Amino acid sequence: MDVLTVDGARKRFGDVVALDGATLALREGELLALLGPNGAGKTTLIRAIAGRVRLDGGEIRLFGKPLDGHRTPPELGIVPQELAVYPLLTARENLEAFGRLQGLSRHDLAGQVKWALEVTALGDRADEPVKGFSGGMKRRLNIACGVLHRPRIVLLDEPTVGVDPQSRERIYDMLVALTSAGVSLLLTTHHLEEAEARCSRTVIIDHGRVIAAGTLPELVDRTVGRHRVVTVRTNAPVDTPPPGAEILADDPRLLRARVSNVARDLPLLLGALVAQGCEVEDVEVRGPSLQSVFIHLTGRELRE
Amino acid sequence: MIATLLRIAWTNLRRDRVAQALTFVLPIIFFSIFASVFGNQGGNSTARIRIAIVDEDSSELSRRIADGLQKETALRVRRTSDAEGTGTPLDRAAAERLVRDGDVPVAIVLPRGLGHAAMTFGSADGVASPRIQLLADVSDRIAPQMVFGLLQKVAMTSAPDLIMQSGLSQFERYAGKMTPQQKSAVKAWLPRLKPGGADAVQAKDSAGGVLGIGIDTVDVMRQGRTESLISFYAAGVGVMFLLFSVSGASGTLLDEVDSGTLDRMLSTRVGMTGLLTGKWIFLALMGTAQLTLMFLWGRIAFGLDLFHHLPGFFVMTVVTAAAAAGFGLVLATLARTRAQLSGMSTIIILIMSSLGGSMFPRFLMSESMQRLGLVTFNAWALDGYLKVFWRDAPVWQLWPQLLVLMTLTAIFLTLARTFARRWEVT
Repeated sequence: MDVLTVDGARKRFGDVVALDGATLALREGELLALLGPNGAGKTTLIRAIAGRVRLDGGEIRLFGKPLDGHRTPPELGIVPQELAVYPLLTARENLEAFGRLQGLSRHDLAGQVKWALEVTALGDRADEPVKGFSGGMKRRLNIACGVLHRPRIVLLDEPTVGVDPQSRERIYDMLVALTSAGVSLLLTTHHLEEAEARCSRTVIIDHGRVIAAGTLPELVDRTVGRHRVVTVRTNAPVDTPPPGAEILADDPRLLRARVSNVARDLPLLLGALVAQGCEVEDVEVRGPSLQSVFIHLTGRELRE
Repeated sequence: MIATLLRIAWTNLRRDRVAQALTFVLPIIFFSIFASVFGNQGGNSTARIRIAIVDEDSSELSRRIADGLQKETALRVRRTSDAEGTGTPLDRAAAERLVRDGDVPVAIVLPRGLGHAAMTFGSADGVASPRIQLLADVSDRIAPQMVFGLLQKVAMTSAPDLIMQSGLSQFERYAGKMTPQQKSAVKAWLPRLKPGGADAVQAKDSAGGVLGIGIDTVDVMRQGRTESLISFYAAGVGVMFLLFSVSGASGTLLDEVDSGTLDRMLSTRVGMTGLLTGKWIFLALMGTAQLTLMFLWGRIAFGLDLFHHLPGFFVMTVVTAAAAAGFGLVLATLARTRAQLSGMSTIIILIMSSLGGSMFPRFLMSESMQRLGLVTFNAWALDGYLKVFWRDAPVWQLWPQLLVLMTLTAIFLTLARTFARRWEVT
């Protein structure tokens, strides 16, 4: 079931087209990655869903109902990219403040704050001012403040930027716990390997349009295909590359080949090299990744 | 290396308009304000001291003194119950009321028997001589002294012939009659002493009493109490720093924009109107506390009579702090960055404080500058505090100040709400 749909969203800021007919759907309980180069329209789209950008055209529906006005619906939780917490307040005070502003009752608030401190692993630092926290601790608190009121949909703008791998793991554990409880998450990130590993589906946006959406296998099938890239290093320059392989320009001892069946094609490739008198020093087999799909779709040109 | 550093500093200054304004424009504005106030600019608009004259004596001498004062270019004289000069002559009570209400800083009462006492050099019949009274608001430290000096000058220059006449009478009384030749010489010489006469001679200023009659300065505001002008300075400094503190504190709004906290707030149930309302109430309470602390310190350290004026103080403080809080929110919602807010508020508050009387009393300014001062927040707040502490005005008499400050509050809040729309939705 789609809990959130964006249909043909258009937004222009002066001469700049931020959204040019973007369309996507978020399903119940899924973790959907919204990817795109800088300036692709991700933040504008997130802000439009949050009710902070008035669209020039198109429609956003939440649980089938069109979004109206510029108030953020209570079913939505927002986790901004910035660390939107008060540094001089303690973790508990921040949680209590945002919980009250979200309308939680006193009893409910106490329970939710306790839950948030547990899930963020901040229980032992709950009564310390946030300004002394590490980046990862602040990020976790930032997320907790956005989900304290039990929203059914949470929008997360780069929730793991600038944190160490341990905190990232903890943050994704929090997100997975939320999806397990039926919460639907839409997150933007530039960490493609995280999106690949953690998200159920991916939407790629560029120039204000959604250019691809689906699971990783679906995206791979539609773009780079399912072949593997094999890279072989030999002890000496190769005179004649085997059929289907190419010598890399910057190192004549490196060959690259695309194989569709590793078990069948890899022995043939290695055998041909040995037959030429080369000794194989290293072999790397790489499957299609979200990175390759992303680059395939958006190109290698720098975006500023 | 130094050249590189200079180039960086110059480029930063060239691109920072607020810094440019603070460096080059603000000093010029301040110079212009001070020059306008103290530099005798503007011809006729130069400060003239407003005084009221009560002539209880209606003698030749009192008439001449009143006329002489009227001719003084440094004075604007009022002698009747209405300002246009068509009403009934002022009496002492009416003149005192004018001083109390702040319409004039000084009133001169020429008492009954003044002329007679002058003719007898104050020694007639052993009766105590009447003394000219200067009813003054001593919050204005300049005007009473200036008027005192001018009164001495006018008394000496307006009636030398009368003095001579009375002197000769006294001479004849105690020393015997003058000879016909002496009388003839006096008759020929006396008209030359009369002011306006063809051969009039100018009398020198006197540092002593007038015609042997003393002048008493009566502080109609304090009436014997020894309290100083602490309330004036407490209000002036208090209001100026109130504006600085609320504009600084309202900058948290810009911090919240930068940190994303504002976005998060707006995604809760509070909304922008609720958010601004909350901030306004907090700033108003903070301002109230700040002003209260200032006046309490005035009470403890300088003997300010706070506790006898509590109702007026409370009303003025709450309304002033509420308006200042609104003003701070306008600046914060107008500014794009903290640095911009800081520069902008410094410029605006310093200008308002200098024009509005926080830095020097408005009654020292020319009338045009005093009128200009009324466009500032400070002027209305200070007028209210002065009414409470200096004029002992009851709360209801504060209504003009309260009305203006509350209207300003409404305008400020409306403006802040309008400016804040840019953060709500794009």
